[in-house]
Amino acid sequence: MQKIISFPHIGNYYVPIETLLKLLFKDHTVISAPKITKRTLELGTKYSPDFVCVPFKYNLGNYIEALENGANILIQACGGCRYGYYAEIQEQILKDLGYQFEFIKITWGKFNPFEVYNLCKKIGTSLSFPKFIHYVLLTLKMIKVMDSFESYIRENIGFEMKKNSFETIHKQFLNELKHIHSFRQLNKLYIKYNQKLKKVKINKPNNCLKIGIVGELYSLMEPFCNFFIEKELAENNIQVSRFITVTFLLKKSRIEKKILKSAKKYLKYAIGADGTDSVEKGQMLAEDGYDGIIHIKPFGCTPEVNAMPMLQKISNDYKIPILFFSFDSQTSETGIKTRLEAFYDMILMRKEQERCKQLI
Amino acid sequence: MQTAYLGVDIGSISTKGIIIDENNKIIADKYIWTEGNPINAVKQIIHDLRQQINEKEFKIASVGTTGSARKLVGAMLGADVVKNEITAHAIGTLSVFPEVRTIFEIGGQDSKIIIIDNGIVVDYAMNTICAAGTGSFLSSQAKRLGLDVTEFGEIALTSQNPSKLAARCTVFAESDMVHKAQIGHKKEDIIAGLCMAVVSNYLNNVGKGKMIKPPIVFQGGVSKNVGVIKAFEQVTNEKIYVDANSHLMGALGVAILSKRAKKDKPFNLNISDINYQTIGYECNKCPNNCEIICFYKDDELIDSWGNRCANGEPTERTLKNA
Repeated sequence: MQKIISFPHIGNYYVPIETLLKLLFKDHTVISAPKITKRTLELGTKYSPDFVCVPFKYNLGNYIEALENGANILIQACGGCRYGYYAEIQEQILKDLGYQFEFIKITWGKFNPFEVYNLCKKIGTSLSFPKFIHYVLLTLKMIKVMDSFESYIRENIGFEMKKNSFETIHKQFLNELKHIHSFRQLNKLYIKYNQKLKKVKINKPNNCLKIGIVGELYSLMEPFCNFFIEKELAENNIQVSRFITVTFLLKKSRIEKKILKSAKKYLKYAIGADGTDSVEKGQMLAEDGYDGIIHIKPFGCTPEVNAMPMLQKISNDYKIPILFFSFDSQTSETGIKTRLEAFYDMILMRKEQERCKQLI
Repeated sequence: MQTAYLGVDIGSISTKGIIIDENNKIIADKYIWTEGNPINAVKQIIHDLRQQINEKEFKIASVGTTGSARKLVGAMLGADVVKNEITAHAIGTLSVFPEVRTIFEIGGQDSKIIIIDNGIVVDYAMNTICAAGTGSFLSSQAKRLGLDVTEFGEIALTSQNPSKLAARCTVFAESDMVHKAQIGHKKEDIIAGLCMAVVSNYLNNVGKGKMIKPPIVFQGGVSKNVGVIKAFEQVTNEKIYVDANSHLMGALGVAILSKRAKKDKPFNLNISDINYQTIGYECNKCPNNCEIICFYKDDELIDSWGNRCANGEPTERTLKNA
């Protein structure tokens, strides 16, 4: 039987993941799940437990749509919160729905390269171990390049002189990224697009409004899940910064102690998953003179609920406003827009008052 | 001829219209139920406001809209300013109470808290997914008890011994209330308990973690309820200021904002004969199925929203096909 491998979406990371899987499994087909639409969420919600966090619902919807397109091998990774149990439950739900497939779970314990290699061998890679490592490293580099590219866009797209110029480059970039097979090509691509980015004319004042976004990783990185909050902010000429990216998550395990140490004013112990990062980054944003912080999480996300009192305290200590959002499958878009608009009005008025004070 | 400014606040339950003069003085105001039809409500309110003023004397120079239907009505009236409720309420209240530090606002479906420092908004919060502890909760409970919601406050004040009701969630409060009634708690005690439940729900949810500093102003539809005002005073130990026009603050705020953003294109109050119409349809051009709303003024497409990509851009033609 021909193997068709698929995986769920998160932001634009499907590009490097798809490329990696294609390099690893040359004899098999790799399809990324169809792009997330309302239907994905509806399907996911229909078959998920009601109170599960919303990333679960998106993932499940992705799987169902991938299975409909013929996928028979699904991949899921596992993380440090409820996410750790996603794979088991999703497999059971999909099996109960009558789908025939193989479910590959990459758990934290198996994150050492040999075991992952063995797993890939079981699926059917013909690569040697050194070659396998080579491709994994290439993908990591790709992710790094993509993250730095997107973070530049995020901070500047609100100030472009010609509308859509960044978006066009972004699309081209992702399209070309799909065909990268070596470090040399990647370097060339990086240099080329870096120049393109710097050429885009922007009109960015020195003291523009700056908002930092912190919170749970899925709702941060999947724009569909947060109602394209970054785009919405950028349209109001705001510089948007976010530090939670896959690049950050990959190096996180090495700097965990450092993160806790720099947040020691507010935290003594780690509070699970990304909660610690939210507090640390929140404090950092406040110290860096940002005008506001937006904290987003799926409804019922325990680590982020843990982080909220500390963020509230940061808000009081540094006099920086924080807006909290909880996303679920039934969130109303108008409600979010109203709150964002008010937030934007508020930080604008605060900034103007500060300016007046400085003049006096 | 004097210049005047129109502000309209279209909430989920009620619609408020106001006309102010150059000195922010209210020269006409009206409060009616939205009844799920914002377009009609606005037509009616403008018609009513028109009769309150002498049109030869005043000229409406600019229009502002706020509230949950602000976009729709903004397009309808060709508003100069379309502002969210939070900013509008803050501006409106500041024009009446310049010293205010905290604004409690409880409306039909929303509740919010606005913290003000030195005359500007520095923090705010709004109820999130749940509408517990808002006006619609009180009015549905009033119906259950066979009372009119406007009598609620007065009855609550007569209570000597308010019942304790679970305040965390509307559903729990409601079942608690039913139980208390069945075991013989007096009606006025239950009503006073409900007012208290609304207040503690508000302070625990919306007001959580906020620095509540006096002077405190309370507004929105629920501020007309003296029982809730008393409960707020008991819990916060502060005097709660309620303006006689506390239900009009949003409209007042947006009228002031429209005055500031004055574009000076005269506004015609005579809109009752114009036919406004919305047509909603699902795009069906991709699996996103955006729900697109087109807004027509006498068969002319004046605005549309809900579309997310270039595929679904509504045109005159889409109407005929839809």
